[in-house]
Amino acid sequence: MSVSETIARRVAGHLRDGETVNLGIGIPTLVADFIEDRPLVLHTENGMLGVGPTPEGAAVDVNLVNAGKLPVSETPGAAYFSSSESFAMIRGGHVGVAVLGALQVDARGRVANWAVPGRPILGVGGAMDLLVGAQRVIVATTHVTKRGEPKLVETCTLPLTAERPVDLIVTEHATFAVRGGGLVLTEVAPGSSGEWVREHTGAAYRSEV
Amino acid sequence: MAAEVVDAALAVAEIERGDTVMVGGFGLVGAPLTLIEALVASPAARELTVISNNLGEPGKGLGALLLAGGVRKAIGSYFTSNPDVVAAHERGALEVELLPQGTLSESIRSGGAGLGGFYTPTAVGTQLAEGREEREIDGARYLFYPSLRADVALVRARTADELGNLVYDKTARNFNPDMATAGRIVVAEVDEIVPVGDLAPELVATPHLFVDYLVRAKLTL
Repeated sequence: MSVSETIARRVAGHLRDGETVNLGIGIPTLVADFIEDRPLVLHTENGMLGVGPTPEGAAVDVNLVNAGKLPVSETPGAAYFSSSESFAMIRGGHVGVAVLGALQVDARGRVANWAVPGRPILGVGGAMDLLVGAQRVIVATTHVTKRGEPKLVETCTLPLTAERPVDLIVTEHATFAVRGGGLVLTEVAPGSSGEWVREHTGAAYRSEV
Repeated sequence: MAAEVVDAALAVAEIERGDTVMVGGFGLVGAPLTLIEALVASPAARELTVISNNLGEPGKGLGALLLAGGVRKAIGSYFTSNPDVVAAHERGALEVELLPQGTLSESIRSGGAGLGGFYTPTAVGTQLAEGREEREIDGARYLFYPSLRADVALVRARTADELGNLVYDKTARNFNPDMATAGRIVVAEVDEIVPVGDLAPELVATPHLFVDYLVRAKLTL
């Protein structure tokens, strides 16, 4: 299992049966393949409720894709709708959980996931809408960048996506909850260690492990 | 009045240099590829302001129109997936207005609904809020965005009847129903055109009064 798949599987474990869950581009869309037959409803910003797992071969339909434009399947009871209706669901508080990727998360749980300084800002997608509208936000991210730098940092050097903090941060090494305005380490992943997490986390946190 | 069935070249002949054009699609999914190909071939379709979530992919869909020099300004939410857009912007050949995806779709919806604009909580306190009017309503902060309308909207549906009622296909629906309400002239590219009465009225997603022209799709994904 790849690191991305490990994170996606760990995120699936934090979803509660009965929730409606939006999956963002990147690692979050992989969560759809770890739902199995649990009673969860997946929403995708491009206009669908009832997203199913990645289809095999002949079942791929070019007109049936997720937020990352990758093929998905339809579950019984699925519905399609326009972009404006999809975002009315999101902003209007009708989507229970949003799972988002991140470039950085600060010590208060605020996320930066859309712009890199020094490069032109040419993409934002639906992340800002999801952060203001979803009832609960889970960040799914690798613990460190490709260069090995911590993604959890005291203060984001990248521009924030919203003022609202997220609720949970899930990496391949650890899970942090955001409580009382700060980060709380609630879980160290099997195969990792509290020491590794301490050395690779750039933000202050309280440990409950 | 029934929508007129025309070929793609005739439909895009409505578009003049400097016009604002909405183009449906989420990437290439649900994009009117036959109409876009006709735009690329139309000498008048230059210096356009294009309102679309993305500008296609490199050399494909609206990406081809960009390379042909057809786009002066792009209004959308996610352009980073096409490196040609980034390059054109960096050399000053393309103006870009970036809107959060929900703000983009609501701007189009409200334009089609005859509204001047709306207040949204999205992007409050971020870099995208700079220069925007902020207002507090019932204790929460909102940003004002004006509505968007277009001279011509190019949309993609699966089936039309001869009046112009439209039915879409799965997630190829995306921005198309919103844009079909917000163009002064609306052209729908479809896989099939059926007689009036063949579409179940309850399943019509875009009622025919929004649609002026129908074009049969020749290019598909």
